[in-house]
Amino acid sequence: MTFGSWLALVVAIVLSAEVVRWLRHRALRHERWRRFFRHPTAAWGCGILTFLIIVAIAAPLVAPLDPIVQPDPVRLKNHAPSLTFLMGTDVFSRDVWSRFAYGARVSLGIGALGALIAVSLGSCVGAVAGYYRRWVDAILMRGVDIGLALPRIFIVLMAVALWDRLSFAWLTLVIGLTSWFATSRLVRAEVLALRERDFVVAARALGVPSSRVIFGHVLPNAAAPIIVSAALSVGNVLLLEASLSFLGIGVAPPRPSWGNMIADGAVTIYTAPWTTLFAGLAISLVVMSLNAVADGLRDALDPRQDPA
Amino acid sequence: MTAPPAPPPVAAPLVDVRDLVKHYAAERRWFGLGRPRPPVRAVDGVSFTIPSGRTLGLVGESGSGKTTVGRTMLRLQEATGGRVLFEGRDVFALDSRALRALRRRMQIVFQDPYSSLNPRMTVQETLREPLEIHGLAGTVAALLDEVGLDAVFAKRYPHELSGGQRQRVGIARALSVEPQFIVCDEPVSALDVSVQAQVLNLLADLQARRRLTYLFIAHDLAVVRHIADDVAVMYLGKIVERAPAAEIYALPRHPYTRALLSAVPEPDPKAKKNRIVLSGDVPSPAMPPPGCPFHPRCPHPLKSARCRTEVPPLREVPAGSGHLAACHYAEQPMK
Repeated sequence: MTFGSWLALVVAIVLSAEVVRWLRHRALRHERWRRFFRHPTAAWGCGILTFLIIVAIAAPLVAPLDPIVQPDPVRLKNHAPSLTFLMGTDVFSRDVWSRFAYGARVSLGIGALGALIAVSLGSCVGAVAGYYRRWVDAILMRGVDIGLALPRIFIVLMAVALWDRLSFAWLTLVIGLTSWFATSRLVRAEVLALRERDFVVAARALGVPSSRVIFGHVLPNAAAPIIVSAALSVGNVLLLEASLSFLGIGVAPPRPSWGNMIADGAVTIYTAPWTTLFAGLAISLVVMSLNAVADGLRDALDPRQDPA
Repeated sequence: MTAPPAPPPVAAPLVDVRDLVKHYAAERRWFGLGRPRPPVRAVDGVSFTIPSGRTLGLVGESGSGKTTVGRTMLRLQEATGGRVLFEGRDVFALDSRALRALRRRMQIVFQDPYSSLNPRMTVQETLREPLEIHGLAGTVAALLDEVGLDAVFAKRYPHELSGGQRQRVGIARALSVEPQFIVCDEPVSALDVSVQAQVLNLLADLQARRRLTYLFIAHDLAVVRHIADDVAVMYLGKIVERAPAAEIYALPRHPYTRALLSAVPEPDPKAKKNRIVLSGDVPSPAMPPPGCPFHPRCPHPLKSARCRTEVPPLREVPAGSGHLAACHYAEQPMK
């Protein structure tokens, strides 16, 4: 670790703590966001996610070494964590902390983008199925049933078999396109209830076109479950990426992702546990933080808890 | 199907509803594999006309089908049968483009001002949308002014308004497309009594100023009294009595109307109250009783075996009066 990377790390920690403190301060003004921070875990979740996002964005600053460079594969391999190598080195003598920081970019990037694709697609399909009902609903929801019944990992394996190795963009797309089924079910249920509300009937009576009724009147009022499902989706997508990388069909090595790092370190897990520990810990922490944030959001966005 | 005799022509009817039927199909028995259950007959052959510029009050208790009548007329729900003529054109036969044009002419005001406005749109956004869609020249400020709201409300969200203010916004939204006909679906039932009078007066003023035609749905006769020219009373999906307003209040010919009138609160505490309390509940519209639908609860002293077997037609009593009643004993109404 160089002086610069230590400094960047400290700044990242302080910055994430400051962000949470600022959010909390702002939240005092709104009943909804006060409810969010009533969950102590939600604040911690926010802090951890902010920290990891900062690390991912500022990876060149926090990482002292190139994540792919092998400084000395003979003498520096499986070096235990120390002040020089914050998280130790792996079997190829690469700095685990540097790989961790750059891996955050890949893992969180795929997680966020994949979830964005999944939630947008799921919301649209769910809204269309719930709004039009009848045969549209029947066809779309039978499709969703099939999607939910097929193990996602097989679908992705088929995609990999077809196109050999997937680029980052294709991997994100494939993951996103196989993760929207649960969201569409959720949104459909919400839309089924909303379409009978008087303000939606009023919009139809005024001659508002269907697409505008769906996107202007129905979906904005289904925002709460969509946001919660988005937060949970990021965690799911991240886990899927990790398991694919662990199986060697995800992100191509030597590029680091948290899943890759676990796969690389798996052989030396008894002699050098730090090579897998930190990446595994990060994945668990992100998923747990997202669940905590989703819980907080669920409470914050629940209109039944709004004061009248 | 014989249409009931038409009331004496006052003017050419703007709205002509003929034998409107709306049945809700029920689930089949045995998880959708067995014989079908009987459908729910929400509206079972309703006919009426409303002359231009007049108000028909449609009264009935919960589940009588009055709201369904209003919504099927505007094609917010598809009817099972019957016809609705608007200026002589069959509303149910319109294609989607003609239907959109018709949306400008027929509007609806809802009962619950809390669910009838989109909670995520400001008053301004709510009112501007219809103006934009139909390319109309009206302004939000003018609409708010017309319903007696200050221009400052334009920036507010529905949750920042009171029930009466929201209902005024709902009325402004219906007016935005400059309709000729408005279905008022219990527009004051959810409001405080003091606000009810204000909203009723507003509706009456608007009718006079814009020459509007109303179908005014309500669940009690007291509210309708002030605004309706004609009153129709519904029971179990059928109209049981229809007459000019003054007539129906003076001499109700159907025992159900008589019972509804006796439930109207009397402001004078010393007045003699002759309240008729109906026994039992409204029968299920999936299995309406044979004969007269009202016979199981009918308090009429002349009630006979005929009531249990023979459906009383809606007929003019006395002939030529324009007063229609569906009772075998309409000539000898209950006192």
